[in-house]
Amino acid sequence: MIIVGEKINTSRKSIAAAVEAQDVDFISEVAREQAEAGAHYIDVNAGTFLDKEVGYLCWLVEVVQNAVDLPLCLDSPNPKALAEAIKHHKGEPMINSISLEKERYEALLPVVTDRPCRVVALCMAETSMPNTVEERVQAGAQLINKLTNEGIPLEKIYLDPLVQPVSVDTGMGTAVLGAIQSIMNDLPGVNTICGLSNISFGLPMRSLINRNFLALCMNSGLSAAILDPTDKQLMATLLSTDMLLGRDEYCENFIEAYQSGHISGLS
Amino acid sequence: MSEFSALSEAVIKGDIQTAVAETQTALDAGSNVQDIVDKGLIAAMDQVGEKFSTGQMFVPQMLRSAKTMQECMKLIKPLFEEGQLSAKGKVVIGTVRQDLHDIGKNLVAMMMEGAGFSITDLGVDVSPKDFTQKAQEVGADIVAMSALLSTTMPAMRETIEALQEAGIRDKVKVMIGGAPVTENFASEIKADSYAPDAGSAVIAAKKLLGIS
Repeated sequence: MIIVGEKINTSRKSIAAAVEAQDVDFISEVAREQAEAGAHYIDVNAGTFLDKEVGYLCWLVEVVQNAVDLPLCLDSPNPKALAEAIKHHKGEPMINSISLEKERYEALLPVVTDRPCRVVALCMAETSMPNTVEERVQAGAQLINKLTNEGIPLEKIYLDPLVQPVSVDTGMGTAVLGAIQSIMNDLPGVNTICGLSNISFGLPMRSLINRNFLALCMNSGLSAAILDPTDKQLMATLLSTDMLLGRDEYCENFIEAYQSGHISGLS
Repeated sequence: MSEFSALSEAVIKGDIQTAVAETQTALDAGSNVQDIVDKGLIAAMDQVGEKFSTGQMFVPQMLRSAKTMQECMKLIKPLFEEGQLSAKGKVVIGTVRQDLHDIGKNLVAMMMEGAGFSITDLGVDVSPKDFTQKAQEVGADIVAMSALLSTTMPAMRETIEALQEAGIRDKVKVMIGGAPVTENFASEIKADSYAPDAGSAVIAAKKLLGIS
C-alpha cells in the first residue's frame, strides 16, 4: 500500500495559520511526523488561499522537501498552481489531479508530460460526477487510454474512483469497491487511489466507517490511499488488513508497528 | 400539541406509510390544507433541520424525512391552484460554473423545500448568466450558490456581479456554501449569508427574509 500523508492541507486551521505565518518549523514537523508514521508521499494543498495559492504551494514544496526526503503529492484543482509547484519539486512528484473535464485536462497535460511524475486521474466523465461502477470504469479507461497515448506509463497512473457519501446513497460504497475491483482486474499494472473520509459524510462514528471502508477497498485491490498516517487506529486497520491479505511476510510490518507504538487498537 | 402531531412525528421518523395515511385522514376530516402543510409537514421538517444541525439526526434520516414530506405533498398539491399554496419565499439554487458537485446543494434544496420555500434548482455548472436570468424570471427572493472546489469559488463573485449588472442585486439575497467556502469569503464577495450545512441554510434563509 502506498500511503499519501494528507495532513498538510490548508483546509485545516492549524496548517492555514502556519502557512500564512510562513512557519517553517511547524510545517516541517507535520511533514516529519507523517514520514515517521510511514507515509511514502506527503500531500501539500494550499487551495483555500485562492489568489495566494500558487505562492504558498511553492513555499510548501520547498519547506516540506527540506524537512523530509520524500516525494510530494502536489494537490490542487488549479492547473496553474500545479504547473508552478512542480518546478520547485525535487524528484518525481505525484500530481493530484487530472480529469476528463476539458479545461482541466488541457491545462494539465503539458504539466504531467513535461517531466517524469505520477498522475492521479479522477474517474469522472467530462460533465458529471459518477454514480455507478460502469461510469467510473468507463471514465478510468478513457483517461488511461489518453494518458498512455501521451507517453505516461500505466503504472504511473493512479485512478481515483471518487468516493461519495454512503449517507446519500447506500450504493456509493459498492460503486467504489466494484470500480476498484474491475479496474485492477482489467488493467494490470495501473494503480488505484482514494481518500476515505467522503464515504462517512453525514454519519456518526466517521472514523470507524472510514477504517472499515479502507479495509474493504484494500480487499478490492486498492493500491494507494490518501490518509492521516499518524492516526494509529487507521494505520492498525491498514497494516492488519495487509497482513490478512497475505502481503506481510511473517506479519513483520504489523508486529513492528505495534512494538514501535505506531499502531493502536485504542482511540 | 398540534392536531397534526401524529403526522409530524411520522415525518420526523420518515415513516412514509403512516405520514401519508395521516395526511389523508386530516384531509378527510376537512382540516385546512394550508394548516396541514404548515403545522404538520413544515413544522416537522423544521425540527428535522434543527436536530440535524445539532448532530442529533444524520443525513440519511433527513433524506428520509424529506422524502416522506414529498409523498404527503403529492396528496396535497392537487388541492391547490397554481401558486395558491403560500411559499415562504422563492429560491433559485445551483452549483456554480464548472463545478459538478451536487450532493451538498441537493441537501440544501431539499431542506429548503421542506421548510416551505419554493425551489428552482438549476443543477450543476450554472453560469452567472443562468443564475441571473432565472432569478429575474421567477422573481427570486434568494439566490443560493454552492461550490466544492477552490477553483470554482470565484464564480460566486462573478454571479454576484452579474446580479448587480442586471440591476437585481438589491432585490435578491445571496447565500453561499460548500466545503471550501467560509464566512470570510462570503463577506469578501459581499454575499448576504454563508451556511455550513443544510440545516443552517434553512435558518439563514429565514433570517434573510425576516421569517421566524
